[in-house]
Amino acid sequence: MSIINNINKVFDHRIRLGIMSILMVNEYADFNTLKELLGTTDGNLASHTKALEKAEYITIEKQFIGRKPNTRYSTTQLGEAEFKKHIDALEKLIHKQ
Amino acid sequence: MESKDYLKDISEIKNLMNKSSRFISLSGLSGVMAGIYALIGAAYAYWLVSNSKQEYLILDGTVFKLVLLDLFLVALFSIVTAVILTTRKAKKNSSKIWDASSKRLLINFLIPLVAGGLYILIILGNQKYGQTGALMLIFYGLALINAAKYSIGDIRYLGIIEIILGLVAALLPGYGFWFWVLGFGIMHIIYGTWMYFKYDKN
Repeated sequence: MSIINNINKVFDHRIRLGIMSILMVNEYADFNTLKELLGTTDGNLASHTKALEKAEYITIEKQFIGRKPNTRYSTTQLGEAEFKKHIDALEKLIHKQ
Repeated sequence: MESKDYLKDISEIKNLMNKSSRFISLSGLSGVMAGIYALIGAAYAYWLVSNSKQEYLILDGTVFKLVLLDLFLVALFSIVTAVILTTRKAKKNSSKIWDASSKRLLINFLIPLVAGGLYILIILGNQKYGQTGALMLIFYGLALINAAKYSIGDIRYLGIIEIILGLVAALLPGYGFWFWVLGFGIMHIIYGTWMYFKYDKN
């Protein structure tokens, strides 16, 4: 079935869907904002952001605010397109049943 | 995965999108208070003008300066009350008052408001004060609509009502004051009460 093909394995996790949802409606978000909104641990969030970065769905930008390191995340065009496809597929699946 | 999980996914996605991009701790009560301040301010301005000996306003007259001060105080008290009540509500919701979403809300609210405020001051300087009430309503309405994208959507409707009131006021010269009372006083009280019962009261 073609609908199933659009379900993206990379997004098949609550935290990853959460990261993408936040980044879709915000220009960027930093690590702590994501952590707070998703209510997850540092290690967990880091591993999921890494996975999304590896798929080139998000970009990671490291910078310093004063002396504090700050990591900012934003979506890539590919990430946005894939996320939209994934959501469409989810919605179709829901309506089918 | 079953469809139940997908539904949960979708609703969580929507929830996160709203939570991360909209500031929802605005207090309805602060709207009511702003309306009451506006009514008190308007009553004082009315008293000032009707008790002055001149039939019309002159720009550098004492009465005019007092009216401006009155307006400034209404705005100041409204803002201070809104900040206090909203901070309290944000604490209760355990959300931050000064984060990306509230910053965006404020900036987008201020752009039309400051532009309109400056424009009103410029035309006041040119002795054109007949449309002041109408212009304040219109620009305030535009500011609300612009901010609504980053907060609770209902603010948009208040903005539309303010713009309509402003345009009607512009059509009826001489009644600007009463439309101002209606838009900034009565509408704020009605709207604030509605918001209070819809969102604040648990």
